Amino acid sequence: MSGARLTESIGARFPDAVITTHAYRGEETVVVRHEQLHAVAEFLKLDDDSKMNFLMDLAVVDYSMFGKSPPQAFFASSGVAVRPPARIPDKNPWPGPPGTERFAVVYHFFSTTHKHRLRMVVPVDETSAEVDTVCDLWAGANWLEREAWDMFGIVFRDHPDLRRLLMYDEFEGHPLRKDYPVRRRQPLIGPVN
Amino acid sequence: MENNSTFFTSRVNEALGWARKYSIFQYPFVTACCGMEYMATACSHYDVDRFGAGLPRFSPRQADVLFVVGTISHKMAPVLKRIYDQMAEPKWVVAFGVCTCTGGFYDNYATVMGIDTILPVDVYIPGCPPRPEMVLDGLMKLQDKIQDEHSTGVRPAPEDRPDDLEMEANR
Amino acid sequence: MPIDPTTEVETADAASAPAAESPKPATREMLLNIGPAHPAMHGIVRIVTKLDGEQVKEVDVEIGYLHRGFEKMSEQVDYNGVMPYTDRLNYVSSFINNAGYCMAVEKLLGISVPLRCEYIRVIVSEISRIADHLTSVGATAMELGAFTVFLYMIKAREYLWDLLEQVTGARLTVSYCRVGGIKADLPDEFAAGCIAAFAKTREVIAESEGLLKRNRIFTDRMMGTGVISTEDAISYGITGPFLRATGCDYDVRKDCPYSVYDRLDFDVPVGTAGDNMDRFLVRMEEMEQSMRIVEAALKDLPDGAVMTHPGTGRHIPAAEMVDLGKVGNIGAIADGCAVPGPTLEGAGRERLHTISTDNKRVALPAKENVYGNIEGLMQQFKLIMHGHGIRAPEGEVYEAVEGANGELGFYVVSDGEPNAYRVRVRPPCFAIMSALPLLLVGDMVADIVPTFGSVNMIGGELDR
Repeated sequence: MSGARLTESIGARFPDAVITTHAYRGEETVVVRHEQLHAVAEFLKLDDDSKMNFLMDLAVVDYSMFGKSPPQAFFASSGVAVRPPARIPDKNPWPGPPGTERFAVVYHFFSTTHKHRLRMVVPVDETSAEVDTVCDLWAGANWLEREAWDMFGIVFRDHPDLRRLLMYDEFEGHPLRKDYPVRRRQPLIGPVN
Repeated sequence: MENNSTFFTSRVNEALGWARKYSIFQYPFVTACCGMEYMATACSHYDVDRFGAGLPRFSPRQADVLFVVGTISHKMAPVLKRIYDQMAEPKWVVAFGVCTCTGGFYDNYATVMGIDTILPVDVYIPGCPPRPEMVLDGLMKLQDKIQDEHSTGVRPAPEDRPDDLEMEANR
Repeated sequence: MPIDPTTEVETADAASAPAAESPKPATREMLLNIGPAHPAMHGIVRIVTKLDGEQVKEVDVEIGYLHRGFEKMSEQVDYNGVMPYTDRLNYVSSFINNAGYCMAVEKLLGISVPLRCEYIRVIVSEISRIADHLTSVGATAMELGAFTVFLYMIKAREYLWDLLEQVTGARLTVSYCRVGGIKADLPDEFAAGCIAAFAKTREVIAESEGLLKRNRIFTDRMMGTGVISTEDAISYGITGPFLRATGCDYDVRKDCPYSVYDRLDFDVPVGTAGDNMDRFLVRMEEMEQSMRIVEAALKDLPDGAVMTHPGTGRHIPAAEMVDLGKVGNIGAIADGCAVPGPTLEGAGRERLHTISTDNKRVALPAKENVYGNIEGLMQQFKLIMHGHGIRAPEGEVYEAVEGANGELGFYVVSDGEPNAYRVRVRPPCFAIMSALPLLLVGDMVADIVPTFGSVNMIGGELDR
């Protein structure tokens, strides 16, 4: 089944869940509301035309600084800012971040029967950063969701064991968020240098 | 510092230094990419056994040189300190790879910027990862240091061992 | 009275035991913490096990001891600056990470690289894959007591690292790929050196196979331990040799071909039992297939047009050209070809179009042009200076390559700035490590060693 028909069939089956679909650079993407995330994921896994038996990846993107980085200095120490040149024009431009919410949880699926991929983007608001877990569908989601909680602070409802994975328990904050400074160390022993 | 040794005790010290430097039992605290170059140094091509350092002991109680190989993150730092504390005197520490010397290019929330902030280091081997020839050079410098310490009798007692950055520079 | 490890844990209860039998002693499960500093050569991880005698009842795996903030750092530097960070993900096969990242950014930019560059990427990727499998199999064998096999395989790895050093300049962390191409062309004597190195590597592999494959101790420890079914493996997201040993033949190079893999003929070894022995055999066979790919690619390698200056045939040493260019003596250098020193070898003007895309917004110009004319200088300036640099259009891509452990995916999001907005790595051994409790429960403590060895956990990739 071709990718475009796959996104159409999802749109037909869940008309109120799908916000938008696109195929930037040939990659089928469907943006789904977080309330129906689990239903859509279950459909993708079990339906014969999609048969997404692999949850390849679960990533989170923090869109709070999108397009808003401070202008860079000509030399790192000079402070003289450069005006960036015009962007490279794209024949088939990307529609942009999926909505105004701060976070987007991005699921990448793959099917070994049909050999097709799909990306599902779920926008999540900052104030209620909670989505349903998909651990019951794919066992690999367990650790992927733990890492998303650790790095970004997204809570996964009904996750059997939501605790930090890569950072230590005493660490405060979620390091991959855009407002966490890259050099803020919280050492367990030794000086803060 | 007053040196109370006689001819015989200084000869014995030198012999002890000679024996200690040519029978290094290393504890390879391998974490990251430098571990691959450590393996290469320890294996047949760049054999470290001909320097007497060919037997890694995987228990800190049986080792005398702690090779810290690879990046130390803040999660790992207490474990490293504990391993170091479990080693018996005399013990030396080699910082293998630039991540252990200064933190490398991982200047972020997760990495210890140089293990000399938590342990006293004797030899620094920079490189990302260092070539085996550099490692052997560092090992030979360590051997010279061990011999000098025994010949001259200058070796700080454990309680005087500095373990923060400021005092390390004066050592 | 010895405790039978196959029975349930019993407590002494004189009232319930029949009067004729002596009461069994009270037992309870033991908590054994393996790591994070432990002798296995694969990296730092803590495996907390609950044992009933020698049998493993419960396992909890704690990772993150090598978390170095790759994803955060890749937001701080520009697109090409991420290259050294990607090297250190799966550091035993570092070029594959480079290639995966570059391919993702090139997809985002919508550019393609020359054919010769694709072939060279495939060649160096496969050599890195062989080095990875040698290390993995050698370390597993060493942990089971076969120290000689480890030494032999590291010896073979040295031959391959010599090759890599001739091509890229580094043994381990190569940073050879650039967005839009590779750093430099292959040296002239590479093909001959490659054939010789492969002959020696094949000898080593044959020797090791002879020592291990029918060795009673090795087979007893590896067969039937660490078993996982295909459904469980897919549910956990496991790919690569681990999945292929269970019977599923998913290989990114065959099923979603990228680069020039669809033109090269090779087989994908598939196992049946999903145990440690099958994974060992799959890796051994994959090494042979990788060598086959490289030999085919070397034969098919499209020629790079190596030409001297059509007018004069003059050659100038590069250092001289730089000095003349700096004082503005363009006339003396405009009609000659540079003979670059070792660091620039293979990246001169005559070879550049075969190893790097022509797109001026992405690839650096030849050094002769940088010092010879103003367009080259401007192109160099626009790509190197802080605040300028490669600007990908706004967008997101996911590109997957076949890493040594499985599908290595890069998800890159760009907002049009010189730095990437978000770079996410899909690490193959992350999925395998999350399935480790499933693999270990039911086996004995001694089986943890071969199972963990066949997982080929690379800390840089797992924790990033």
